[in-house]
Amino acid sequence: MTNLVKLAVEAEPVSAPPGDVQAKSDSASAAPAAAKAVSAPPAAGDTRRAGSRERRSAMVQAVILPAITFLIVLGIWVVVHSEVSRAIPSPVDTWHRAVEMLSHPFYANGPNDMGVGWQVLYSLGRVSAGFGLAVLVGIPVGFIMGMSPVFQRAWQPLIQILRPVSPLAWLPIGLLLFRAVNPSAIFVIFITCIWPTLLNTAAGVKAIPKDYLNVARVLKLGKLEIARTILLPATMPHVITGMRLSLSIAWMVIVAAEMLTGGIGIGFYVWDEWNNLNVKSIIVAIIIIGLVGIALELVMNQVQNRFDYTRR
Amino acid sequence: MRAYLNLEGVGIEFPTSNGPFRALSSVDLNIERGEFVSIIGHSGCGKSTVLNIVAGLLDATEGVVLLEDREVNSPGPDRAVVFQNHSLLPWLTVYENVRLAVDKVFGATKSKSERNEWTQHNLRLVQMDHALDKRPGEISGGMKQRVGIARALAMEPKVLLMDEPFGALDALTRAHLQDALMGIHAALGNTVIMITHDVDEAVLLSDRIVMMTNGPSATIGEILEVGLDRPRDRLRLADDHEYNRLRSSVLRFLYERQRTPGERVA
Repeated sequence: MTNLVKLAVEAEPVSAPPGDVQAKSDSASAAPAAAKAVSAPPAAGDTRRAGSRERRSAMVQAVILPAITFLIVLGIWVVVHSEVSRAIPSPVDTWHRAVEMLSHPFYANGPNDMGVGWQVLYSLGRVSAGFGLAVLVGIPVGFIMGMSPVFQRAWQPLIQILRPVSPLAWLPIGLLLFRAVNPSAIFVIFITCIWPTLLNTAAGVKAIPKDYLNVARVLKLGKLEIARTILLPATMPHVITGMRLSLSIAWMVIVAAEMLTGGIGIGFYVWDEWNNLNVKSIIVAIIIIGLVGIALELVMNQVQNRFDYTRR
Repeated sequence: MRAYLNLEGVGIEFPTSNGPFRALSSVDLNIERGEFVSIIGHSGCGKSTVLNIVAGLLDATEGVVLLEDREVNSPGPDRAVVFQNHSLLPWLTVYENVRLAVDKVFGATKSKSERNEWTQHNLRLVQMDHALDKRPGEISGGMKQRVGIARALAMEPKVLLMDEPFGALDALTRAHLQDALMGIHAALGNTVIMITHDVDEAVLLSDRIVMMTNGPSATIGEILEVGLDRPRDRLRLADDHEYNRLRSSVLRFLYERQRTPGERVA
């Protein structure tokens, strides 16, 4: 058991030591002194101190609690490694592997041996291509579906049948059509992204309050003016929600798709490392995939803040 | 000689799954220029339908609406509408909402700076010039309705159509806006049709009150002339004999002669 504590400390040198109760009391006693030193005029001091106390408790919530969870998971990992299966590498070995992988992410020794940075970039490239195509097709078609009940009735049943199908089922069709793996993977991502984008856009168009369109009619706005001043801004929240959903699913699907297609990409990298029994690399790759997913989410957040009127 | 705005034998049917539903039949109404007319009736009696037909948002099944002897058959800025739920575009600021209307109506006739001035002028008129850069989500319901009125006024409409403009507001805010509307009407002499279900509001603001019978097949039951002197003061009118007589005759029409459908069943 002493071994366990030692490992945990080693793996997580930055965060608080496992005896986190003591850590909390330490930071609590150190912080008021700092606040006192900073706070200037006595009149404003009280409220400012109350404010800094609130900020501090927010800090505890945001940093300490996740750190505890992290340590617990790390502990379980250590137990699994030492008691259940030696095939699962220890956190320390994995950490060393991570340092190794991330210190040269963009090396390239031929097509079969490239850094993890390249693998991620190739996957991101496929996702962007498929996602971009789906947005280009899905938004206009979604608009037509939202505006025309005839079109909606004509297409809805087909879409309902195709929507629940795993996008990977389309991979053979892609391979057959394009006779190359790269376009096939892009095709799979396109299929992944098209449904949420299209259906959310259509729902957004249908959800436009009739009053906005009445305003447009009273003002005698032309068709293009209606599209620009009313339809686009009004549907933007829905459209972006659809894009957000698409992108996050696409990032999950690309890993699976690349496992099947091979070549360069984070998905095939995971599969390749499995074939080489490099479990450490797989665990590092899983964490990298997660972090990239968060990064994509942040990008979409920025897009939403910029174009979604409900966020301003 | 026809009046400024004429409704002649206007009726409308809506198609439903149980066959056509007749909402209005043979509505005849003449409104003079500068007149303030309110239409009152129980909910569901088709008073908003009348307004929407005048606005051109609905097509009458029979009959005709004439504005200055010209037939109305599509919406247009000469019949600006103040919608019940204000209908400001939430992604535009207060200023931009009004400016959109100004640009559309006066894009060809006014210069850019004139349009800017006109937008600001109309927002000053409703005392909203302090919140030009606020979005509708950041201002109160009463303020939104003020902006909605400014947007309608900015179109310089021949007829201002108001669909229960103050229905969703609290009593105090409503009183403020009624006073503001009376001031604007006195200054500009607009022709106004206002839908309301508030008896006091109708008597206070109107030159004539049009009382609608219950639907289906609703029509005008009675028209009441309101001869009270202007400017009107709500406090002084509270004890005014004539005001109370008018008020009770509207109430009598609504609650004795036109009971709500629910009461009739019970």
